[in-house]
Amino acid sequence: MFYSPVITNAAEAVKNEKLHLFRFVEDSEQVKIGTYEAHGGYQAWKKALTSMQPAQIVEEVKKSGLRGRGGAGFPTGMKWSFIPKDSPKPRYLICNADESEPGTCKDRVLMERDPHAVIEGMAIAAYAIGCHRMFIYIRGEFNHSIIRLETAVKEAYAHKHLGKNIYGTGYDLDMVVHSGGGAYICGEETALLNSLEGERGMSRIRPPFPAIEGLYACPTIVNNVETLASVPHIINRGADWYRTLGTEKSSGTKIFSLSGHVKRPGNYEVELGFNLKKLIYDPAYGGGILGDKKIKGVIPGGSSTPFLKADMLDVNLDYESLAQAGSMLGSGAVIVFHEDTCIVWVILKLIHFYRHESCGKCTPCREGTGWLEQIIGRIEAGGGKPGDIELIEDVCGNILGRTICPLGDAAVMPIQSAIKHWRDEWQFHIDNKKCMVKTNFEFR
Amino acid sequence: MILNDEAIAKIKERVGLYPQSKSAILPALTIAYHQVGYLNDKVYKDIADIIKVPCVEIAEAATFYTMFPKEPVGKYLIQVCHNISCALLGADSLISYLEQKLEIKKGETTRDNLFTLVTVECLGSCATAPMMQINQDYYENLTREKVDKIIEELRAKA
Ligand SMILES: Cc1cc2nc3c(=O)[nH]c(=O)nc-3n(C[C@H](O)[C@H](O)[C@H](O)COP(=O)(O)O)c2cc1C
Ligand code: SF4
Repeated sequence: MFYSPVITNAAEAVKNEKLHLFRFVEDSEQVKIGTYEAHGGYQAWKKALTSMQPAQIVEEVKKSGLRGRGGAGFPTGMKWSFIPKDSPKPRYLICNADESEPGTCKDRVLMERDPHAVIEGMAIAAYAIGCHRMFIYIRGEFNHSIIRLETAVKEAYAHKHLGKNIYGTGYDLDMVVHSGGGAYICGEETALLNSLEGERGMSRIRPPFPAIEGLYACPTIVNNVETLASVPHIINRGADWYRTLGTEKSSGTKIFSLSGHVKRPGNYEVELGFNLKKLIYDPAYGGGILGDKKIKGVIPGGSSTPFLKADMLDVNLDYESLAQAGSMLGSGAVIVFHEDTCIVWVILKLIHFYRHESCGKCTPCREGTGWLEQIIGRIEAGGGKPGDIELIEDVCGNILGRTICPLGDAAVMPIQSAIKHWRDEWQFHIDNKKCMVKTNFEFR
Repeated sequence: MILNDEAIAKIKERVGLYPQSKSAILPALTIAYHQVGYLNDKVYKDIADIIKVPCVEIAEAATFYTMFPKEPVGKYLIQVCHNISCALLGADSLISYLEQKLEIKKGETTRDNLFTLVTVECLGSCATAPMMQINQDYYENLTREKVDKIIEELRAKA
């Protein structure tokens, strides 16, 4: 029935009206515009365009406390307010659907199963910043998402939610579905801008920030799919309602992509502040660890966020609590691994990825990720030498904070935390030339 | 021209959507890749002629993206994710299984030119791991049984 068989908690969202993003994602008709409209779709866009000023929308989103769901968690309304009021240049809105942070598979569900929600959120954001041509940059491998969005955009034009003189207001808005190159770095917003301009997807030095000089050197806002899909609900029900969801400081709901050694991997929409242990063990969500083994650790917010050890899991999933625990909410990708997992093996997978995805623009990241992969690969293969841990720490220290874009930090932070939490295991690997625990995962 | 009329028409249509035609490069490469199966200088030249951008700029962009194969691949390009979420659920053993089944090593193409097997980074299918992409389609929650069936069906279709 659905292209992706991924598990969601839509059944819960149907009963719990706080969970607005996933309410209709198990309804196979939701992709059709008629069904979307019957479910109240495009009401928020109509309300925004016909009865609100752009500045009012920005204020409302600011007041809602919505923060970016793409990884950095920047306050959305505040970002929109950085668009210069007096610039004569066109403004652009870009929806970031590059989704390539390992562990993250949430935007895909929204695009595949509720594409109009993404379009509606984008339209409202576009109007709020005075944009008349908006883009969604979808990673090229998401062929199905691209087709879904293209179909939905056609429908939205046919139903006059996009195009010229929308709802008789004189406002024109066009939308372009752009297929990207499938590179992780193109999810970084300035690399995305280069990629969308037809250049190699390399990051830009900031300032200027995209809000001042972004796409084609014009004021540009880049927002994540989930961030934008949250916007219609804020417009429909108001910032005050949105603030009742989640915690005082982290308002709203968030989709967590739960993967790895859990019984029920899936995408789960929960209020921010949800307990991580509950997400992993509750039968309604992760259902516990495969084979009822002992949990060893968790990456809570996508592969770029520091690890949490087994004794750190009684933590709430919100921006502040995770920061306090020494990690980050990131993109909300919770990757779980159990006691039979060698930490050096995990890190080798990750550093291989960052080395492959480094755009190569700055030396610490380009060279450093390569060195790290070599050293860690050597340890994993049984060729570890005394001093290797210190060497890794030294290389990490020379990357952290010294790069053009956050990819360098993203590569380093998980490694540093893995050494901090499991130093004895790294030492064992070096001394004994083998894993402390057997890592040999067979697919079924 | 290597590109067929359909691909050319699609690319021309894209150019009109952007304030600057260079923006059509990546979608054009994707359209060309879907038709030809890989990219090379001849394809870049075709695209350059259609969107009127110097050929070197097309090549410059194309070579950045590992998503596009730059030399011929088998009829079915099998891309297995070997990143962390898939690896935790046995992606390495899935790769070995495919190597045995197809009697090739990763990076190689079967002698009948039907299958090319490669590994790739995370494809955003982490909660339905392990997974592979074959041409434009995703195959998720893979088991031995499923893999057998998929390969059998593709062989029968070819
Ligand atoms: C290496 C790297 C990869 C990123 N990948 C993505 C991505 O795939 N999707 C995304 O929305 N944001 C990604 N981001 C974050 C974006 O740069 C940007 O902060 C985000 O799209 C802004 O949207 P938001 O404020 O709605 O979260 C990435 C950042 C970095 C440094
Ligand atoms: S940190 Fe890495 S990915 Fe970012 S600009 Fe530098 S080389 Fe490129």
